[in-house]
Amino acid sequence: MSITVAGKTIETDEEGYLANRTDWSEEVAKEMAKADNCDLSQNHWEVLNFLREYYDEYQIAPAVRVLTKAIGKKLGPDKGNSKYLYELFPYGPAKQACKYAGLPKPTGCV
Amino acid sequence: MEEDAGGKVKKFLYINRKAPYGTIYALESLEVVLISAAFDQDVSLAFLDDGVYQIVKGQHTKPIDVKNFSPTYRALEGYDIEKLYVEKESMEARGLKEEDFIVPVKVIDTADMAELMESQDVIMSF
Amino acid sequence: MLHTVNKSPTERNALESCLKHLKKGSAVLLIEDGVYGALRGTASTKMVEQALKIHPIYALSPDIEARGMQDRVIEGIKLVDYNGFVDLAVEYPGVQAWL
Repeated sequence: MSITVAGKTIETDEEGYLANRTDWSEEVAKEMAKADNCDLSQNHWEVLNFLREYYDEYQIAPAVRVLTKAIGKKLGPDKGNSKYLYELFPYGPAKQACKYAGLPKPTGCV
Repeated sequence: MEEDAGGKVKKFLYINRKAPYGTIYALESLEVVLISAAFDQDVSLAFLDDGVYQIVKGQHTKPIDVKNFSPTYRALEGYDIEKLYVEKESMEARGLKEEDFIVPVKVIDTADMAELMESQDVIMSF
Repeated sequence: MLHTVNKSPTERNALESCLKHLKKGSAVLLIEDGVYGALRGTASTKMVEQALKIHPIYALSPDIEARGMQDRVIEGIKLVDYNGFVDLAVEYPGVQAWL
């Protein structure tokens, strides 16, 4: 599978995650979100940027429980809860947000 | 940790005895640990024999074109996995010291390691 | 003969057996987990230092770096990259792999 961003074809797996993490750009994230009828707000970007930093540091995409806790620590309890994160990413914060952030699917996520 | 409908919390010990990269055991173990963290059990990790090499600082895998998974051990704390044990004799036989490891560990001797193994409900060997 | 060893000396006895079977003019190249045999201060250091008095011993630097062992290599063991590996294979009349 693939997506097309600014005329460039970018390879993804069958679930839409990037085949090569280095292909990621903000435009790629926007294009993926558009396909899900999602308009990326500042709040979305906060989570996406957090995920990208987390991956750089630990070389894995965090499980949703770990993500929620870590977001709470960094951005406060208003944002570090499932309700907030599921409202932003209705397909599942770990799954959907990791996809937009160009990360692999979280380990153990089915 | 509390009991839930799923039953009582069990003590799980993951035993790591293989060096990283030469075989797939170390990475497989780490992935199983991360996945099983979702089940809220009482998890410990033991590093002995060549397994102590898994958590050595300063790994740079770019030249062999393999993913460096050593930073992931530092993520375990966020998964509430904080009991990491290194066998003293294994460490010393490889010229390693506690400060050579990428994560905080508890160094215990062989007798204490045997005790730790004996006290578990479930042991997973890698 | 160039002898390659790809197992850790504390995992298998490939290195020990290799060193025992070395003939004059042979060299050893440590690769993959075999590079753990190139380290100072380990249970196998003495054995390797003895062999080093008679035979050249090499270790593959990409494998050393991957394992974070760059500051622990025994003095006298020469580090080679992949091109160096090829050069050694060409230089010696044969290659024997100890698995």
